[in-house]
Amino acid sequence: MRLNLRVTLKKSLAVKKDKFYRCILFVLGYFWRSNYKTKRMNQIVEKVLFSEKVAKFVVDAPRIARSRKPGHFVILRVDEKGERIPLTIADADSVKGTITLVVQKMGVSSAKLFELNAGDQILDLVGPLGKATHIHKPGTILACGGGVGVAPMLPIVEAFKKAGNRVISIIAARNKDLIILEDDIRKWSDEVIVMTDDGSYGTKGLVTAGAEMVIQRETVNECIAIGPAVMMKFTSLLTKKYNIPTQASLNAIMVDGTGMCGACRVSVGGRTMFTCIDGPEFDAHQIDFDELIMRLGGYSDEEKMASERYV
Amino acid sequence: MMSTNKEYLQIEREKEWRAQLRKKIANKDRTAKTRTQMPELDPFVRIRYQDREVNTGLSAQQAVAEASRCLDCVNPTCIEGCPVSINIPKFIKYIEQGEFLEAAKTLKETSALPAVCGRVCPQEKQCEATCFYTQKLKKDPVAIGHLERFAADYERESGSMSVPEVAAPNGIKVAAIGSGPASLSFAGDMIKLGYDVTVFEALHEIGGVLKYGIPEFRLPNKIVDVELDNLEQMGVKFVRNFIVGKTASFDDLKEEGFQAFFVASGAGLPRFMNIPGENYNGILSSNEYLTRVNLMNAASDEFDTPIIKGKSVAVIGGGNTAMDSVRTAKRLGAERAMIVYRRSRHEMPARVEEVHHAEEEGIEFLNLTNPVEYFADQKGKVNRMRVQRMELGEPDASGRRSPVVIEGSEYDIPVDLVVVAVGVSPNPLIPSEVKDLKVTRWGTIVVNEETMQCSIPELFAGGDIVRGGATVILAMGDGRKAAANMDEYLKSK
Repeated sequence: MRLNLRVTLKKSLAVKKDKFYRCILFVLGYFWRSNYKTKRMNQIVEKVLFSEKVAKFVVDAPRIARSRKPGHFVILRVDEKGERIPLTIADADSVKGTITLVVQKMGVSSAKLFELNAGDQILDLVGPLGKATHIHKPGTILACGGGVGVAPMLPIVEAFKKAGNRVISIIAARNKDLIILEDDIRKWSDEVIVMTDDGSYGTKGLVTAGAEMVIQRETVNECIAIGPAVMMKFTSLLTKKYNIPTQASLNAIMVDGTGMCGACRVSVGGRTMFTCIDGPEFDAHQIDFDELIMRLGGYSDEEKMASERYV
Repeated sequence: MMSTNKEYLQIEREKEWRAQLRKKIANKDRTAKTRTQMPELDPFVRIRYQDREVNTGLSAQQAVAEASRCLDCVNPTCIEGCPVSINIPKFIKYIEQGEFLEAAKTLKETSALPAVCGRVCPQEKQCEATCFYTQKLKKDPVAIGHLERFAADYERESGSMSVPEVAAPNGIKVAAIGSGPASLSFAGDMIKLGYDVTVFEALHEIGGVLKYGIPEFRLPNKIVDVELDNLEQMGVKFVRNFIVGKTASFDDLKEEGFQAFFVASGAGLPRFMNIPGENYNGILSSNEYLTRVNLMNAASDEFDTPIIKGKSVAVIGGGNTAMDSVRTAKRLGAERAMIVYRRSRHEMPARVEEVHHAEEEGIEFLNLTNPVEYFADQKGKVNRMRVQRMELGEPDASGRRSPVVIEGSEYDIPVDLVVVAVGVSPNPLIPSEVKDLKVTRWGTIVVNEETMQCSIPELFAGGDIVRGGATVILAMGDGRKAAANMDEYLKSK
C-alpha cells in the first residue's frame, strides 16, 4: 500500500515536472512567436486623414514594397465578406517594407477600408499588379492629377524627375480640402500648379485650364493624366489638340486583377484590352473614354443597394 | 511509376481476398445486373438553391451492388483510361467487400483529389469508356465515377481520414505556381516523395478553378477544402496572395532555395467574340460571372461583391463552363436562361450529364444560333441581342461539322444579362515574366510531352497553361507526370 502510494506520488511528480516544462516551453514559444509576429501580415502601420473622405494608409507589405515600380497597383480585401478592390500604389519604402495607399471613401468597400486604423490588418493584399510606367527622358513632362489620382501620380512624377526630366505638376480638386500630397509632389516637381473648382485654393478652374496655360507657355514633350475618368478624357482631348503624347492611368472595375475575369476591359485604338494586365496605363488618345465612363457605372444599381444596406 | 506497372497490378489482383471475392459471384450474374442510377435532387427543388448539390451520392447498399458488377478483369483496361492511373479494380473490389476506407486509401495512392474527380471527371470519356462492359459487352459501364465519389465521401464523413504515407523529408524545396488541380496533384506526389513543397496562389483562396469556377451545386467548396486539408496535413505549404513573377521573381525564389518550379497558372484569360456592343454593361465573361458567384459569394446580400441578377439571361457557348453559367443564372432567379450555341447538340463539348441536368432544370437551348450584335439602353446596359441562325457544313480541323451562316436569318432576343463562355486563352502573366521561356503562338507554354519539362530545365508546366483549356483530370495527370519527371531531374542534378 505504502509502496503503491510512493509510486503514485513519484508518477504525479513526474507528470507535474513534465507539465512545468511544457508550460515554460509554451511561454517561451509565445514570446518568440509574438516577437516574430510583431508586424503582422498586411498590418496598417500608419493612417493619415487628408480630409473627411480621403486618407493615406501605410501598410506593411515587404515583398510588394521591394518589387513594385511606379504605375503598379495592388488588390486588397478588407475582410471575409469584402470585395476585391484595386488601388494604385502611391509610394513604397523597400527598407521599412511598407507601401502607401490613398483611399477615397465612396462605396461600401472603400468605407470599410476607411474604418481601419493603425494596428489593424488588411485580410488580403496582393501585388504588384499591372505594367509599370515606361520611364524615360523626353524632356519636359506635364503631370496632371485630379483628386485622389494625385496619389498614384506621385511615384511617376518622382521617377520622371529622377530620370532627368523637367517636371511640371498640376494638382487639381473640387476644393482646398481635397488637394492632397502637395508637399510630396513639390519635392519632385520643378513647378506645381494647384487648381480648385471653387477657387478655395490655388487658381480657380479645371485641370485643363492649368494644362493649357503651360502648353501655350512652353514646349511639353509628354503628358500624364491620372484622376477621374472625365478629367482624363478632357485632358486627353486637350493634349490631342496640341499633339502631345499622353498616358492615362485607368481605374477600371476589377475582380481578380490577373487577367482572369475581363471586367476591366477597355477599348484602346478600337481593340479590347484588359486594364489589369495590358495597363493600367494606356495611350490616352486611343482610349474610348465614353465607354470607360459607361463601364465604371456597370454595377451602380447593385452598389447603390449595397450602400443602403451598409448604412 | 509503380501504379501503372502491370506486375504490381497483377500482384494486387492475385491477393487472396481478391481471388476469393471473384469466386463469390459468377460472372454471368455480375453482368446480368443493371447499372445503378445516381440519385438526384428534384429539378424543381434544386433550381432554387445555388449551393445544393444536384447529385446526392450512392448509398452504401447501392455502392456495394454497383461494385459487384465489376468483373475484376485480368487486363483492367479501365486504368488505361484514367489520366492519373487509379487502381480502379482494387478500389471497387474493396467497396464490394464493404471495406470503404480501404477503397478511399486506394484512390489516394495516385489521386490527390478523389472526391473532386468523382464529381467532375468526364468518366464517360475516360475509365468508363474503356471499361470491359462498354468495349466488349456493349452494356452500360460500371459506374466508376459514382463509386469513386462514394468511397471518398464515405471516408470524409466517417471522420477517419487517412493521411497518405510520406517519405522522409529530403529538404529539397520545390514550388508549384497556381493552386488548381494540376498543382494540387503535383504537390501531392512530390510531398509523398519527400520534397518540401510550396504552392503559390494569386487569389485569396486555394483551389483555382475548383473554387472560382465550378459552382457549389456541382462541387461544394467544403469538399475541396477537405482535400486541401489532407494535403496540408501531408506537409504541403500554401501561400495565398502571391504572384510568382510579380510579388517575387523566379530569381528571388531561387535565392530562397527553390530548386525547381511547376507552372500551372491555368487558362485564365477569357475570350470574347469581338462583335459590336460586346463591351456594354451586363455582358461579361463566364470567368467573371462564376468568380463573382463562387469565389466572392456575390449572390449573397451579406457579401459586398455585386452581381447582376438577370431575368433573361443568354449564355454563349456549349461547354461545361457555359452549362455552369446558365444553371447558375437559373438559380439566381432568371425567368429565361438560354444557351446560345452555334453548332448542334451533338457537337457540344459539355458533358452529357451536364446538358441533361440543364434540360431538366428548364434551360432553353438555342442551338445552331450565334450572336452578331448587342444593343443597350441609354445607360449602356444591354437589353437586346441580335442572333443569326446557322447550319452544319463540312467537318473542320477539330473533326466537328463547322457551322455555316444562314443568310437573312437574323432576329432579336431581349436579354438583360449575357455571359460569354466561348473559351479561354492561357494566362500571360508567367510567360511574360520569364525571358527565354518558349511559348506557342497561342501563348501556351511549350513542354516536352513525355516529361512536361519546359525550355528552361528547372521549369515544368502542366494543365491549361500547356493545354489551352482542358479538364480537371487531364490537368491532374500532367501534375503527376511532372512530379515524376521533376523527381528524376532533381536526382540526376
